[in-house]
Amino acid sequence: MTAVAVALPRAGARPAPVRRSYRFELVKLLAQWRIRLLILACWVGPALLVAVISQQSSLPADTVFGRWMSQTGWAGPLVVLSFSCSYVLPIVTSLVAGDVFAAEDRLGTWRHLLVAVRSPRRIFAAKTLASLTVILLLVAGLAASGIVGGLAAVGNRPLVGLDGQLLAPAHAAGTVLLAWASVLAPTLAFAAVGLLGSVALGRSPMGLVVPALLAIALQLAQLLPLPVVVRVALPSYAFIAWRGLFTDPPQIGPIVLGVIVSLAWAVAATALAYVLFMRRDFTDAAYDGVGRRVLVQAALPLAALLAVTVGVIAVATPVAGSGIDKPKLDRSLATAFAHLYVMQTGELHRPNVTEAQLRSGAACDKGGSLLADHGAGNDWRCVVSWHLPGSTATGQAIYQLDVTPDGRYKADGDGPQEVNGFFQVHTAMGDAPNPLWQFDGLVDLLAPTSKG
Amino acid sequence: MPENLAVRARGISKSFDEVVALDGVDLDIAEGQIHGLVGPNGAGKTTLLGLLLGLAVADGGDLEILGSPVRRTLSLPDRVAGFVDGPGLYPSLTASQNLAALARLRGSGSDGIGDALEQVGLTDVAHDRVRGFSLGMRQRLGLAAALLTKPRLLVLDEPANGLDPAGTRHVHRVLMGLAADGTSVVLSSHRMDDLAALCSEVTILATGRVVFSGPVGKLAAETDELDYRVRTSDPAAARRVASETPQLRVLPDDELLRRHDAEALLVRAAVPALDDLVARLVRANVAVRELAPVVAPLEAAFLALTAATNAPSEDEDL
Repeated sequence: MTAVAVALPRAGARPAPVRRSYRFELVKLLAQWRIRLLILACWVGPALLVAVISQQSSLPADTVFGRWMSQTGWAGPLVVLSFSCSYVLPIVTSLVAGDVFAAEDRLGTWRHLLVAVRSPRRIFAAKTLASLTVILLLVAGLAASGIVGGLAAVGNRPLVGLDGQLLAPAHAAGTVLLAWASVLAPTLAFAAVGLLGSVALGRSPMGLVVPALLAIALQLAQLLPLPVVVRVALPSYAFIAWRGLFTDPPQIGPIVLGVIVSLAWAVAATALAYVLFMRRDFTDAAYDGVGRRVLVQAALPLAALLAVTVGVIAVATPVAGSGIDKPKLDRSLATAFAHLYVMQTGELHRPNVTEAQLRSGAACDKGGSLLADHGAGNDWRCVVSWHLPGSTATGQAIYQLDVTPDGRYKADGDGPQEVNGFFQVHTAMGDAPNPLWQFDGLVDLLAPTSKG
Repeated sequence: MPENLAVRARGISKSFDEVVALDGVDLDIAEGQIHGLVGPNGAGKTTLLGLLLGLAVADGGDLEILGSPVRRTLSLPDRVAGFVDGPGLYPSLTASQNLAALARLRGSGSDGIGDALEQVGLTDVAHDRVRGFSLGMRQRLGLAAALLTKPRLLVLDEPANGLDPAGTRHVHRVLMGLAADGTSVVLSSHRMDDLAALCSEVTILATGRVVFSGPVGKLAAETDELDYRVRTSDPAAARRVASETPQLRVLPDDELLRRHDAEALLVRAAVPALDDLVARLVRANVAVRELAPVVAPLEAAFLALTAATNAPSEDEDL
């Protein structure tokens, strides 16, 4: 019997490792003028903006921490953070993640890429990681630039928190960095939605604007008087929850929930994008996204995720309604007032007093006797009272509160004149904003609703 | 003993939903052969090229590339390169950056980049962004990208698109050099002159089926009659002689031809009848100044074969 040597078929060539594909994707991304301009803008723009605004007489008091920009360098990066969460980060994710797959459709390079890499799965991983890297680079730039601008223009000084407490520079620095870190989660969620749009909508320009459109829709939703469980279940909630880090004790619940929800969206949207990508027929040169099926394959699963999240949060948290009520406001306003009164006392070189000695309290009312005392609105009126050591008289001050549905409020002093009547105080260092004239505060929406 | 095959396809079929793109396609491409792939739009050329590049797998049949059976997408052996539907290039990168990125992606060094650019005549624009390249330059750069892999099988879709005559000659030289070194080249093109100049064998596809596959010479010989343009020293006498030549038909004057060459005569004949005409003209003391097919033989054969396949059958009419 003759032995026959059978040549075994050679296996196919191995796909390019993810590391090489990742570097290839990074090279392509960083070669684009649009991305280079974004990097430049994010690393330089905030520093210039913060430095210029800090020197202005009119400060952006409507933005949280904006009123303190001329007093501490740590307010600037928080104003940048606040602005970034509203506009910059959704746009950044749109321009980077929203185009990373669609660009190959526009350039007609999918087949070339597939032949070179030989694995759609690795292409997806490389593109996702590369766009994530660029987005993180941009976020790092925004944070670092804002901090450098603030410290260079104003200096490393204490920051007034959202409960009026003065944060030492080191504490402020750590909290500012933590706040920036906390918005990475919703940024990832928006980036994942961008990836999904880019995969699902092909070369259509709609894919590019999906994260930006989602951001606008969610911002509008945040303005509505939604129940707090719905508000917290939105993937953009962590974009505002970071404010809770600037109270004592920090409002950790909303931040943790916001981050978890954002990460759930990031995972879900990335998984959907992956499934759509892997199902794609790359031999079809006329492919232009999943078309009308986008509603079923992309939008509906995310809507289902939102519904599930709302259900879980409703069961897990004890809060109903808006999360804003009189007891919470009374407590928050009295605490903030006490801290700021102590600060004002120091600035005016009055006899020292502590928050405990002040025994401050507040009584808030919404819209008079005809309206129930809960919910957002600019018709809250509060009377703050306090006691000075050695005096039997009770001091009283009136504040008009504009409470937004996200729990932030702006307290506007309405007398007496010597406490909150003037917007500036004369200090040894020169004129400074009167801390009691107008200040920001924050209600913990997820704190249990108080009785009575 | 059969020669080594770079591509061996038997009974390949591929459908997209209801559309049959390939239907029982057989294809043999020898090592070192430049093989042309011709067919009207929708004949299945791009689908077949996609299969050869591993972008898709056949629904039925067997495909072997460089001796390896292909059963999954993107599972081709090494050193298969090429492009379908234009070369994949990134306009924000320069020519050399495009090649360097690709070389790094494949895990090879950037040593061959200069050579590849030189081979396709793009050394002078190596550091220019591809955004400003003409279609022809992009095609050449796409070819350079394929050359980086030192391919044993090169699959090219319309590589001469947008090329000027000098660029075309450049590309022809490169492809013939590769073939001489043993690389098999599969070339899809609508330019019959390119195919005739380059290919030793062609496959003609029509509605997903092979209607011819073999040497170009055999294809031309299989074509019965062609139209020829005859220019002579005495057009009137030539017309008279032609009309008396058996198996040859003098065609009515074509308006377009008359406008450009009023003295030319158009005849339709097979090669033996044409030989007879030339002999008769010589005997009649009429000098033959030009005798050329109006349409190249390959193109004529292509038109004849694909027209026959595309013509509606009686059954279809019913």
